Parts: sequence; structure tokens; C-alpha cells
Amino acid sequence: MITLLAIDWLFILEKLILIVSIISISLVIAMYETYAERKVAAVMQDRRGPNRAGPFGILQPLADGLKLFMKEEIIPNTSNRFLFVLGPCMAMLTAMMTSAVIPWGGKIHFTLFGADRWVSLQIADINIGILYIFGVVSMGVYGIMIGGWASNNKFSLMAAMRGASQVISYELPMGLSLIALLMLTGSLKMSSIVGGQIDSWYNVLYQPLGFFIFLVCAFAECNRTPFDLPEAENELNFGYHQEYSSMKLGFYLFAEYINMFISSAVMVSLFWGGYDIPFIKDANLAEQIGYNWLAALQGLSMFIKIAIFIFAFMWVRWTIPRFRYDQLMNLGWKTLIPLSLFNMIITALVVLLREYGWRF
Amino acid sequence: MSDHINLPEGSIGKHTTTLNLGPTHPATHGVFQNILELDGERIVSAEQTVGYIHRAFEKIAERRPLYQITPLTDRLNYCSAPINNMGWHLTCEKLLGIQTPKRVDYLRIIIMELARISDHLICNSIVGVDTGAYTGFLYVMQYRELIYEIYEEVCGSRLTTNIGRIGGFERNFTPKAFERLEKFLREYPEVLKEFNNMFRRNRIFMERTIGVGPISAERALNYGFTGPNLRAAGVDYDVRVHSPYSSYQDFQFTVPVGSTGDCYDRFLVRDQEMWQSISLIEQAYRKVQEFKGSESEVYHADVPEYYLPPKQDVYTKMEALIWHFKIVMGEIDIPPGEVWMSVEGGNGELGFYLISDGGRSPYRLHFRRPCFVYYQAFEELVKGSMLSDAIITMSSLNLIAGEMDG
Repeated sequence: MITLLAIDWLFILEKLILIVSIISISLVIAMYETYAERKVAAVMQDRRGPNRAGPFGILQPLADGLKLFMKEEIIPNTSNRFLFVLGPCMAMLTAMMTSAVIPWGGKIHFTLFGADRWVSLQIADINIGILYIFGVVSMGVYGIMIGGWASNNKFSLMAAMRGASQVISYELPMGLSLIALLMLTGSLKMSSIVGGQIDSWYNVLYQPLGFFIFLVCAFAECNRTPFDLPEAENELNFGYHQEYSSMKLGFYLFAEYINMFISSAVMVSLFWGGYDIPFIKDANLAEQIGYNWLAALQGLSMFIKIAIFIFAFMWVRWTIPRFRYDQLMNLGWKTLIPLSLFNMIITALVVLLREYGWRF
Repeated sequence: MSDHINLPEGSIGKHTTTLNLGPTHPATHGVFQNILELDGERIVSAEQTVGYIHRAFEKIAERRPLYQITPLTDRLNYCSAPINNMGWHLTCEKLLGIQTPKRVDYLRIIIMELARISDHLICNSIVGVDTGAYTGFLYVMQYRELIYEIYEEVCGSRLTTNIGRIGGFERNFTPKAFERLEKFLREYPEVLKEFNNMFRRNRIFMERTIGVGPISAERALNYGFTGPNLRAAGVDYDVRVHSPYSSYQDFQFTVPVGSTGDCYDRFLVRDQEMWQSISLIEQAYRKVQEFKGSESEVYHADVPEYYLPPKQDVYTKMEALIWHFKIVMGEIDIPPGEVWMSVEGGNGELGFYLISDGGRSPYRLHFRRPCFVYYQAFEELVKGSMLSDAIITMSSLNLIAGEMDG
């Protein structure tokens, strides 16, 4: 009895609410990313884009979702049924899990049963936050691998192989570019990395090359153009999800958009100040409007930054061609890894010289 | 091309995969089949199949009067159907010994060059799509629409045009057609420039296309390449220059030539040809405007035996009624003879070999279809390259299945 009372039930409730709301926000954002993608493509190609369902077509994602649910579900006879179902689940699961360690805003303050409570808008502020992100993102490739292999289709299999080698190759420079960042921040904890940038210079100013490498790798990890080789529609018939129909296909598509959202969020958190409101001293603002409003504004600021990144993802997709498989590998291994190593060494030198009292 | 790992003989069992690239593959339009043997992603051998949309046009043509063969030629290279139509009319005129008026020639050149632009535009933008850049393709579509609107005004249809008649056009160009032509000449060059800016110096596009699917001038000639694909390999052969037809000799234009014969050169040659075509259209339009008075009403040669009279004349004039009856009922025999006529089609030399033994339809008709020739070289072009290269090579050869299978 005593042990049950000792548990902070309110804490668990807060986290549960946070988890549910963040997952649903991710889903809604992924839905509207599909809409945004089509609208952005339409603008770039001088078209109108979806404009039938609801005003300006804003109900289009709902209609698409409904359509995917209603479609007949086909599992090929020659496929491995268990893995065939597992593939999209893995893709979706890993896409959703990444959001757990991202801080979405400052602390909210409220009084309950006469006790002051401070709730940070982050599901889990673990001290290995970045490692967690890397771990989960690496898992993401299993969705592609399993799905592509289980389909028992040569095109899917090829796409799966491409996807696996691509994600593995691009995780290395991604990790190396972050090591340089970690030398500066001195912590793997997301909250302290973001906290260090609040009302201060953003990390991108100290690590422009690191950011650039991270950005390129993020494109590759999300399988977006110019790195969309696993789903190259002209070569591999949409690659690993070729044999999928109905909501399983929907899961793969959703996972891609959630990944895009999350990797934008990670980039914003690591390099662009996270939820910091630019040009304004957040601490001063808190005194004027209170902490709860500040947290809301910070969340908004974070989402605006994320939206800019998502737009960049789409902008690139509808502008440039994609690499060939060997060129992709060359870029990863022969350009990005040396660059990120160089960046790491330079950063290490600067950090070391600072310790010896040099001023920059 | 990077070296491949060479395993010592017998060390590991090395297997290759057979992949059916097509016919149900988005890049093969449902009609090309390439049976590729793949080592990883590298192509060891390729076997190409033809005939998925063979419709036996040559055989059908043996039972049809000349003017009914025009719609068959539409369905060869449907991206530039008017050139096929004109080529067929020129062949008939050669057999029948018909001299067309200059104005007809110039109008034909306008239409043919418009068709060439639309053909090259599709080809180049499809190369873009196959490298993964979709926007260029969809963006230029609305400017191809300008060309189709001109066709629509001249002949009433858009894709399979059936444009013109033996001896000229079925009707004169309306002022609206010229208006649309002016609009096209005004708006199109800017878009083409924009389109090129997207691709020409794009690093990824260059890496994807330079050195991909190359062919030497000698090999290209041996295969019988013609058109932009041959010119990209460095041979300045152009039917419009070497055996001018339809008064091409009255015009100033250059023949762009590449050097390596790879996909990038083919892209550039097609691009330059579009600029040349624009200049040709401008020249032809100026020349057409010079015809004044009754001359500007000339739109066909005076050959009542083969030129179907206007419908209102059929109802009101005895002569026209007689000719109409004779033509439609197939009572006009074509003279016996054998002619070869070729035109510079959208993707190469499009030839017509017509043998007549008198009677109402050809004894034998053969279309020299350039795509059929290109496709034979496909294996040589893609051997040793990656799967993605095969797709780009196929689209940059401008293989049109309708023409290939005939």
C-alpha cells in the first residue's frame, strides 16, 4: 500500500497526457504534411493541387486516410506473412518513438491540491537523449528491410538493400557531426543542449559545417530526394512498399512524413535553438506574460521552425534529381565522413585550446 | 564506372539475378520488355523484346487507299504525329509527282517544327523524370499545350492529328491559328530557358547523365542510328540538310552535334534542336506572311484526283461531287512505281518505302522506324552500367513504343 502511494501518480498521468498529445500531434502533422507536399509541388509546378475536399482541399488528407482504410488488403501468397505485417509496424513504431526525447517547450506551471507543479513539455528527459535518437533512427531501417524482403519481389528486395546500405552509411557522418556538437555542449541530454541555446547564440553559428552535414544526412535518413533511392518510382516501382496496399501502405507513407517531422524537430533542437523564441529574451517575456503563455509561445516558435525545415525538405524534393546508388555511396563515404572528421578535429582543437586559456 | 569486385574463380558461388524490367514497369510504358541479368545492381546482360504493341500497320496499309494510311502514321511516334503525317504525304506526292506550292511547304515546316519541339520537350523532360526531377516535366506540359492548341486550330485534333492532306492542308490556317503561333513564339523560349536552367548545369543531373549509355560515332553508324541520337555521337547527319524536302533549303539553321553520344549529349543536342526549331518556325512564319492577296489563300496543290474537295463544294458543284465520289469509292488508281522518302522525324530518320503496282492501295509499304534501330543497341549501351542508368538510357534514346513496333 505504501509503495503504491509512494508512486507519483500525478506524474504518470501528466506523462501519459503528454505522450498521447504528442503522438496525436505527430499524426495530424504527418497528415497535413501530405497535403502540404502536394500543395508545395503544385505551386512549384504551376498547378493547383488538391482543392476539392473542403475549402482549399484541406480535408484531402482525411479523404486519403479514409480511402486507404477502405482499400482491399492484399498480402501476396509468396510473401512471409508475419514479416510482411511486421514491416510497416516497425516503420511506424520507430518513427513515433523518436519524439520521446524532444523538448517541445518550456515548463508549464499549475497548482493542484495546493501543491505547485512544474511540468516540462518533454516526455522523457533522459541523459542519453541523442544516443536514444540514434538508436531508434537506426531501427527505422528494419521497417524497410523487413518489408522489402518479406514482399518476395525483386524490386522490393533491391530497394530494401539500397535503403539499408544508405541508412547505415549516412548514420556515420551524422553521428560524427554530432560528436563535434557534443564537445561544445558537453551533454547528451536534449534539455540541456536546448537550454544552452535559450537566449544565447544558436549552435548552428558554432557548427555550421556540422549542421550542413547533419542536414544532408537527415535527408538521407528520411529517404527524401535526392536520396530517395529506396523508393525510386521510375527504377524500382516505388521500391520497398510496392507490394503493400491499404493501411499498410499508409503506414509506410505516414512513417516517412513523421520521420520528416521528427528529423526537422531534432535539427531545430540541436542546431537552431529548439523552442527558443528568436530575437527576444525569453526570461524577460516570462515575467510579463507568465510561464504558461511563454511555454505556449515557445511551442509555437518551435513549430514554425520545424515548418520551415519541412518546407525545405519539400522544396528540395521538387527541385533536384536523385543520385545513383554508387554516387550516393561515394558522397557518404568519400565526402561526408572525411568532412565530418575534419569538423570534429577542428572542434576538438578549439575546445582544447580554450581549456589552455586561448581566447577566440 | 567503378571497378567491380572480382572474386577468384570458384571461391564463392556467384549468382546473378534475372529481372524483368517491363513490360509492366512505369518506365517501360507497358510495352518494352528488358530481361536483365543483374549482378547486384550492375547489368551483366540485357535482352530486349519487341512487339508488345505491334499492330501490323504495314500490312493494314496494303488494303487501304493512300489518304486512309495517314491515320496509321499518327500512331507511330505519337509525340510528333504531324511529322509522320507530313512524311507520308510527301511520299505520296513523290509517287504521284505532285508539286506543292511554296506556301504549303512553309506551313508544313511550321507544323513539323512545332511537332519536333513537342517531341524533344517530352523526351528531355522525361529524362528529367527518370533522374528523379519531376517538376520540369509537369511544368513544361502546359507549354506543350500551346503547341497542341495550334494543332487543334489547324486540324481539329491534338495527339493523333491526321493533319494535312495529299497536296497540302485540309483547310487554310485561320487567323486564330497564327495568333496562337505568335503566342507560342512569345512565351515558349523563356520557359525553355527556365527548363534548361533546372537541368543543364545541375550537378546531380550531370553526374547521372554524363558517360551514361554512350555510343561511339562508328558504332552508332553501324547500328543505323539517325536523328539526335546519331548527332549526339558526333555525326552531322540531318535529313533536312542532306536531302531537303518541303523547301527546307530556303531556311537558315544549324545542325547541333555532340561528341560522346551519352545521355547528356543527347539531352543537349535535343535542347539545341529546339532552339533551331524555334528559329525555323520564326523564319517560316515570316515567309508565310509575305504571301499577299490570292496567294495567301493557297493551302493545297491543285490535284483534284487525290485532294478531297471541301464539303460545301461537293453539295453545290458537279466537278467536286464527281471527284469526291471517285476518291471515296476508291476508283482512282495510283500509278505503279517505287519510291523512298524520308523525313527528319522527332527521333530520327523516318522513312517510307512505298511500292505500287497500280490499283488503289500500295502493293507494299514499309516504315523505317528509327526507334526500332535504337532499341537494338540497347544492350550494348547498358551493359556494365547500373540499373538506374538503363532507365535513363532508355528514355534518352527517346524510344516510343508505338513507333518501334509499328
